[in-house]
Amino acid sequence: MQYSAKVLEHFRNPRNMGQIEDPDGVGEVGNPICGDVMKLYVKIDDEKIADVKFETFGCAAAIATSSMVTEMVMGKPIDEALKISARAVAQALDGLPPIKMHCSNLAADALKAAIKDYRSKKSAAAASK
Amino acid sequence: MRRVYMDNNATTPIHPEVMEVLKESLDLYGNASSHHSFGTEAREKVEEARASVARLIGAQPEEIVFNSGGSEGNNYVVKGVTCEGRACSISSRGNHIITSSIEHPSVLNVAKCVESLGVEVTYLPVDQYGLIDPDGVEKAVKDNTCLISIMFGNNEVGTIEPIEEIAEIAKRHDILFHTDAVQAVGKIPVDVNKLGVDFLTLSGHKIYGPKGVGALYVRKGRKICPLIEGGHQEMSLRAGTENTLGIIGLGKAAEVAAKEMPGERKRLTALRDGLYEGLAARVEETRLNGHPTQRLPGTANIGFKYVEGESILLRLDMEGIAVSTGSACTSDSLEPSHVLLAMGIPPEEAHGSMRFSLGRENTDEDVDYVLEKLPPIVQDLRQMSPLYAKK
Repeated sequence: MQYSAKVLEHFRNPRNMGQIEDPDGVGEVGNPICGDVMKLYVKIDDEKIADVKFETFGCAAAIATSSMVTEMVMGKPIDEALKISARAVAQALDGLPPIKMHCSNLAADALKAAIKDYRSKKSAAAASK
Repeated sequence: MRRVYMDNNATTPIHPEVMEVLKESLDLYGNASSHHSFGTEAREKVEEARASVARLIGAQPEEIVFNSGGSEGNNYVVKGVTCEGRACSISSRGNHIITSSIEHPSVLNVAKCVESLGVEVTYLPVDQYGLIDPDGVEKAVKDNTCLISIMFGNNEVGTIEPIEEIAEIAKRHDILFHTDAVQAVGKIPVDVNKLGVDFLTLSGHKIYGPKGVGALYVRKGRKICPLIEGGHQEMSLRAGTENTLGIIGLGKAAEVAAKEMPGERKRLTALRDGLYEGLAARVEETRLNGHPTQRLPGTANIGFKYVEGESILLRLDMEGIAVSTGSACTSDSLEPSHVLLAMGIPPEEAHGSMRFSLGRENTDEDVDYVLEKLPPIVQDLRQMSPLYAKK
């Protein structure tokens, strides 16, 4: 199994790794039993992704896709960020080995989950007002 | 950059003495079955090699059948005793085999194959150390059991099974007994008569010999159907022109292994223990997978909680250190190791387990280098892990 230079570079120097204190949304996907857990934190400002950070338990592909997805959505309006597909994440990394393609799904899913969390919190807050 | 190879259970570098002999033999092209001087020269070398391999495991030369390696040997026995040529093999004696849940895929997948053809298979469990209980073997025996196949030393965790006791049970019930000793031969004393085995698999490239060559020990008088039919080579048990060069290399590797084993066994055991103790002292929540003492000299399978093995492997590779996450034969699978799961290790911890398998080229300095490089890598990856943060 051969990873692209870009995957290895993101794996070795992951961008936006860590937690956000007081995040507006958190998305966690995967399962430790399967060997992959991704947790994405977002800070939203004016419906744009003002900050995004990740924590990942997983293989090099899981770490690299997490890192890449944070880079791709940083500063983007959330509607645009939601359009980022698993395929786009994999392509941005110059491809993934076929057996690791599910990692890019996880990254895209974690982002969607974080935004969904933000939106549900927001509507709950609006309802309580 | 310093390069440290600690993946000797996957394969070993060729021993310098073996390399010498291989170079000398490159132009030995006669067919060992030909009756002219070219053939005779090759035949003599093949028979010398057979005698060396036999000596290493206490067998008679005529009980050694050269083949392509461990997977072929294991396929041969499990298929030859059960599903192949029912009329002529001993399968007329029964169609139930007993094996374990921690065998190499070249036994497990063949067992599944013959199972699909109607052979009944019992997969024995193991305890937390990867040990098979001989009483469990005895209890699994049925009237129609024709073969028991249990590995000698586990390739992933190194646990050494009670082969002598299990062979005794097989003998008492008149059942053929096979052991996959690919990881044990050349590392610890293996004597086919003391053990009382009927078939034993060994491989060249695990003992500093060439790849693509191995041998199957077949006790005199035991019948088995050939996996590869054809010419009369290897006492008609394995057709095909002899792999002269490979066989010569295996013979030399066997000779050198017999000579170096006592010293290497002691040295590697100390190195292996030093590696584990050093890591356990430097990295919290580290576990040793496998039996603490009844284990192959160079093998240490170590689990690091909250991180995933492949990430450790790649980060170590970037530092020039070669290890594995389990078996090279299952490295393209995303499933956690079947061996660790059978030992009752939780899947998430199995995902974070690494196999260090030391060999003759490893030194104290190599262990020190790993002790220097690995702890910060685990720490880095744990910082990244949501499982660790949750603690």
